[in-house]
Amino acid sequence: MTAATEIGIWGVPLAMLGGAIRVSTPFIFVSLGECLTERSGRINLGLEGTLVFGAMSGYAIAYETGSAWAGVGAAALAGMGFGLLHGWICKLPRVNDIAIGIALMLLGMGLAFFFGKPYIQPVAPDLPALSLGWWLDSPQLQAALKVNVLFLAGIALTLAMAWMFRSTRIGLQIRVVGDSTDAARAMGLNPNRVRLWSTAAGGALAGVAGAYLSLYYPGSWNEGIASGQGLMAVALVIFARWNPVNCFWAALLFGSAGALGPALQSVGVTQGYYLFYAAPYVLTLGLLVATSSTTRAMTGAPGELSITK
Amino acid sequence: MSLDTTLPGSGTAPISRPVLESLARRAESVLLPFGALAVGLGAFGLFLALVGSSPLAFYGLVYKAGFGTAFSWENTLSRTAPLLLAALCVALPARLGLVVIGGEGAIVLGGVAAGAFAMFATGLPGGLAIAGMALLAAAVGAVWIGAVGAMRYYRGVNETIASLLMAYIAIALMNHLVEGPFRDPASLNKPSTAPLEEAYRIGSLPGIDVHWGLAVGIIACLVCWVVMERTTWGFAARIVGGNVRAAQVQGLPVGRLLIGFTALGGGFAGLAGMIEVAAVHGSANASLAAGYGFTGILISFLARHNALAIIPVAVLLAGFEASSGLVQRRLDLPDATILVLQGFVFVAILLSETLQGRFRLFRPEEWSRP
Repeated sequence: MTAATEIGIWGVPLAMLGGAIRVSTPFIFVSLGECLTERSGRINLGLEGTLVFGAMSGYAIAYETGSAWAGVGAAALAGMGFGLLHGWICKLPRVNDIAIGIALMLLGMGLAFFFGKPYIQPVAPDLPALSLGWWLDSPQLQAALKVNVLFLAGIALTLAMAWMFRSTRIGLQIRVVGDSTDAARAMGLNPNRVRLWSTAAGGALAGVAGAYLSLYYPGSWNEGIASGQGLMAVALVIFARWNPVNCFWAALLFGSAGALGPALQSVGVTQGYYLFYAAPYVLTLGLLVATSSTTRAMTGAPGELSITK
Repeated sequence: MSLDTTLPGSGTAPISRPVLESLARRAESVLLPFGALAVGLGAFGLFLALVGSSPLAFYGLVYKAGFGTAFSWENTLSRTAPLLLAALCVALPARLGLVVIGGEGAIVLGGVAAGAFAMFATGLPGGLAIAGMALLAAAVGAVWIGAVGAMRYYRGVNETIASLLMAYIAIALMNHLVEGPFRDPASLNKPSTAPLEEAYRIGSLPGIDVHWGLAVGIIACLVCWVVMERTTWGFAARIVGGNVRAAQVQGLPVGRLLIGFTALGGGFAGLAGMIEVAAVHGSANASLAAGYGFTGILISFLARHNALAIIPVAVLLAGFEASSGLVQRRLDLPDATILVLQGFVFVAILLSETLQGRFRLFRPEEWSRP
């Protein structure tokens, strides 16, 4: 990022563009996962823990096997495990899904730190990136357009999920279960099973997001690897009105907010450094305040979602 | 779970039936969490055995380091103080049906406020200085968590997400303040506010090496219990927690109750930060974000958001945390071990809620009539 200082203040938007793509990728995955879970009428507040555990398991497996993709696979499996646990517990009567989310968030983080201790020092292989800016002269632009494969996978997944909700049988089933348990039962669906697998798939996506954090950007495993992405995703999905394509744009927006701090730092702005790091949280909170309401139901909200009831 | 045959129905038993029935009704809310705690600890023991460590050695060390000697009791009780106040920050809003999990934010900002007060209002007599720090810290915490209640009431913002976001913002704000405007230039390695003058520090309770924060925490819990269970405010708050619509129909000031009790909880958390600064650290710095707010969530849930039950549960959890160092050294386990233990217990306690009302033992109306 030293090159950015040479082009002065223009380095900030440029670094933010590159940063937005880098920072937003985990947001895309974790928010798509949460979107899927919430569409089925359940909320998983524990994705932060899943994300941290995914980051640890992805890094550990990538280090042990020497393959970054094996790490991503392991993180997805681990995330799915957490999702299944959450889904199974929430099936039980009188269990509060919000509290379970908090408990699994703490458990996931605890387990990740517990098993991740030996992996703080070693260096695991990185995920590959594609240089989409090879035709440009400016090294800054080239750096900004160095895009990780998972970002492109995120775009594909966004479109696939939008298509799934709109025009497939399974998408319709998830939507029905999310909007009305009774209607789903009348259709002969098993709401608990649909929610269980939606939560599991959502957890798997959060695991992938975690693997991206430890295997690409920032690209190492430590206990401060995640900074609330899993939690912000819940707010992001509300802001995106449970629409996968909106989730993608919202993730980019959050990514740019997250890139603000490092971008300003790269051009030598050190005043209020920590305050800029708080930008994504302030943005999230502001959007929540602006888009929530006490009087009208939220448009697009799944009817069975406990958080909007 | 049928105990019908053993129940006294014929008048031969020493205790009368109504007493037994009321005991049975009360027993569920005590025995079920205890059972869940035991199951959680057992499951964690199994986990330890699976990763190749001895659960017996672990729990033995926890007992020794947390509760075994006078010194370990002092250590445990010193850690109890912030946990009591942090748990109240979860328990009070929970009685109104709000899940506030961002007490950590109020703790760090309360601590910074206290540190800043001590830095800029120098030369005051001890009592006045401590009162000033406590009031400022409590006010900052009250505003911080009260804002969560206000956002909930006026805008319908989910309080769980909002409070945790506010905690992240608070930690960023703390880092900014202790590295910027409130930084003592002499603190080189660890940016901090200026060290507190001797008169500004909170001393120990008489006869025991535990600071006054413990007494403050216990008194706060007792006051909260009385307010919640024995006053009309507490009654109104519990109605709001049961059914907001019903409370509104009754003409209760729902907004004032929501904001008031979240602010009260936040005030206690802010006070916890001040106690940490004035009794433990001696200045405000990043050590304030030690995770007390998160342990407080678990304590409150284990105590079923009952302020009185928070006291023993907080002592227990403080004992676990006090043993962390010894467990690390002796058993060569990572420092996150206690975090995993807390996670197991938390999941177990939430799982136990599904068993509520399942045991006939606790439901006298289903016992066979004499």
